[in-house]
Amino acid sequence: MSTALLIMIGLALVLGALLGYAALKFKVEGDPLIARIDAILPQTQCGQCGYPGCKPYATAIAKGEADINQCPPGGDAGVHALADLLGVEYKPLNAEHGTPKPKSVAFIDEQTCIGCTLCIQACPVDAILGAAKHMHTIIASECTGCELCVAPCPVDCISMIPIGETPDNWKWKYPTIPIVPVGLSSVQVSKS
Amino acid sequence: MNTLVNFAQKGLKNVFKFHGGVHPPENKTQSTQLPIARASMPEKLVLPLRQHVGNLPKLKVSVGDKVLKGQLLAEAEGMVSAAIHAPTSGTISAIEDAMIPHPSGLPDKCITLVPDGRDEWIAHAPTDWRDADRKEVIAQLRNSGIVGFGGATFPSHVKLRTDGKSNVHTLIINAAECEPYITCDDMLMRERASEIVQGIQIAQHLLGADQAVIGIEDNKPEAAKAMQAAVIGTNIQVKVVPTLYPSGDARRLIYLLTGQEIPHDKRTTEVGLQVFNVATVLALYRYLDHGEPAISRIVSVTGNVGRPQNFEVLFGTPLHLLIQAAGGEKANTTHYIMGGPMMGFKLPSGDVPITKATNCIIASAPDLFEPPPVPMPCIRCARCADACPVNLQPQELYWFAKSDNFEKARDYQLFDCIECGACAYVCPSNIPLVQYYRYAKSEIITADRAKEAADLARQRNEFRLHRIEREKQERAAKHAERAQGAKAAETPAQGAKQDAASSPAVSEADAAKKAAIAAAIERAKAAKAAAAQAGEAPKNTEPASNAVKQEIAEIDARRKAAGLEGKQDAPSGDAKKATPEADAEKQAIIAAAIERAKAAKAAAEAAKKEKGE
Repeated sequence: MSTALLIMIGLALVLGALLGYAALKFKVEGDPLIARIDAILPQTQCGQCGYPGCKPYATAIAKGEADINQCPPGGDAGVHALADLLGVEYKPLNAEHGTPKPKSVAFIDEQTCIGCTLCIQACPVDAILGAAKHMHTIIASECTGCELCVAPCPVDCISMIPIGETPDNWKWKYPTIPIVPVGLSSVQVSKS
Repeated sequence: MNTLVNFAQKGLKNVFKFHGGVHPPENKTQSTQLPIARASMPEKLVLPLRQHVGNLPKLKVSVGDKVLKGQLLAEAEGMVSAAIHAPTSGTISAIEDAMIPHPSGLPDKCITLVPDGRDEWIAHAPTDWRDADRKEVIAQLRNSGIVGFGGATFPSHVKLRTDGKSNVHTLIINAAECEPYITCDDMLMRERASEIVQGIQIAQHLLGADQAVIGIEDNKPEAAKAMQAAVIGTNIQVKVVPTLYPSGDARRLIYLLTGQEIPHDKRTTEVGLQVFNVATVLALYRYLDHGEPAISRIVSVTGNVGRPQNFEVLFGTPLHLLIQAAGGEKANTTHYIMGGPMMGFKLPSGDVPITKATNCIIASAPDLFEPPPVPMPCIRCARCADACPVNLQPQELYWFAKSDNFEKARDYQLFDCIECGACAYVCPSNIPLVQYYRYAKSEIITADRAKEAADLARQRNEFRLHRIEREKQERAAKHAERAQGAKAAETPAQGAKQDAASSPAVSEADAAKKAAIAAAIERAKAAKAAAAQAGEAPKNTEPASNAVKQEIAEIDARRKAAGLEGKQDAPSGDAKKATPEADAEKQAIIAAAIERAKAAKAAAEAAKKEKGE
């Protein structure tokens, strides 16, 4: 009887020590849920959701303060992914926060730019290069298309240019099957 | 037991059969009746910058430049990239977007070259590759413009680079040419076998490979015979493999020839093998032994044309010119296919140029290729799985791709699919399976790129926030420092006052100090006065040695003799002049200057008016 008891106590101590060690050794830093939500968000840092960036919005979702349908750049796919992650019902995008637009990058008309640096201060990802009283320019590869630089420009020299389709970013389309009216064979269709 | 059987088979067998594969009608004899012909010089050559896998090359010429045949037009940019050379001598007439042979049908940047008809070469610079340093030769190949001419167009200099880790012992030469209709490698081997063998020896030397094996399908007996005759006296082996599509895929061919299966996540070099196409090794030979960069290739023109034939074509030659050379298209031609009927794609028009990737052009007609029948639902027969040479589960991939379940498709190794089309070929429901795989692949690639961009944006945003926070802290620290400094300056003064009031002992000590200072000042004044009486300026020479004092005295004597003493004092005397007088003078001068400027301006305006009238 006492041996069994001792064995159980011993086991409990050993396992407890192991668990305690593991809890310290493999401690998870920060809230993993916020990081996982943040990973789904498109990182445009545009603030259309009403929060000052993607991370704050992710934090708000994790706390239950914000809804999952406030991110237009993430689109419908983003809302679906968030709904899957959080185990909640899918909701269509809230039109109050804007509608999805094709991905674009900002462009500075360098003839008009007066070098005021206001756009540089507004850019959330440091994608604008320039200095006071010197011409500014956009680093297109870093631009997220958030449009935050457009409003502060005092001379309206920034425009958003949608990224067109090139052989580089072209995608194969989903195979479509031509609809053939009943009674016509494919040969007849090809002749007509 | 299985391994035993395999082992026994390896010992006995010459070639090993891979899983799956199909055998569509070959249709190769049409274009092998005539020898390789040289296509005529077109009026203009259009060279797309995008002719290979990897980065676009960097332009080295501008519009209006005169170039010679073989001159570098664009150089390789970044690691994986290839150069582009002028296929003939002439003038660069434009650098602009033009139609390229790409499944998208979208235009891309091209260099347009108008030939001058002289076909004048640059000075050939052959390389002594046997004696030169291997690394240097490979670095030089970066400017050769040579890419995989089998159709994959991967830059060859990258494949030849050995990084010490890879230890290539066997070079496999891909001459299987398994796709129907295509015969460019077949004709090349028949006509230029000895040059190909020299090219193989170069590749062997550069890779350090002891062995080389040429794999040829058994539907090209003439080519096999020519190669066998050419390799006599070398350590190159010719192996004839059974005709089965897709034996020309690098990994399938390796298995056929060596019985070795390459793990899907490893490169062939990691197991000591490297694969080159016959046309690619020939290009290596032409570049290193003759100094000719890649400016042309062999193209099969077949299908619905008058005289199917192989042509040696300069890159940039318009497609319709080639069709004319092959006897023109027949009346019912609907469109052109680039590549073979299994893996090729429909060209957007007949105006596209021939590029490094163009191995075959097929004029398509309804009687050659029936329009695809209407796809029916999948009946789960798994015939596609039996035909798949990569041992994938095409039916699963199809369902995942169809339902946009891309993560699952990736889990089922969608990216190992070589898009050979064997599954779609055998599908009894006529489902365009490869189209689904291509769709899923490009969706996944796009999503991955977006994710990468998002990660970069997150990183940059976090760094920015971090920077703003740091600047704020630095500013706060500076403010705090300044505030503290001001306080510290205030406190001692207050303390002194308090001290004076509170303790008379201290104030007495202060008084003593003050008296001492006053006495010192008195002494200094007296000394100065004494010096002035003696007619000498104070010299501040007390601590100096006698020799120095003497020197100074001598210098003073010289200065007096030169009459400098008085002058030195003069400016200071001027400055000491009564200031109100000086101010009045200055103001008068300024007023005069303003008057003058006004007068000049008025005169200029008057002159202008006169001119205007």
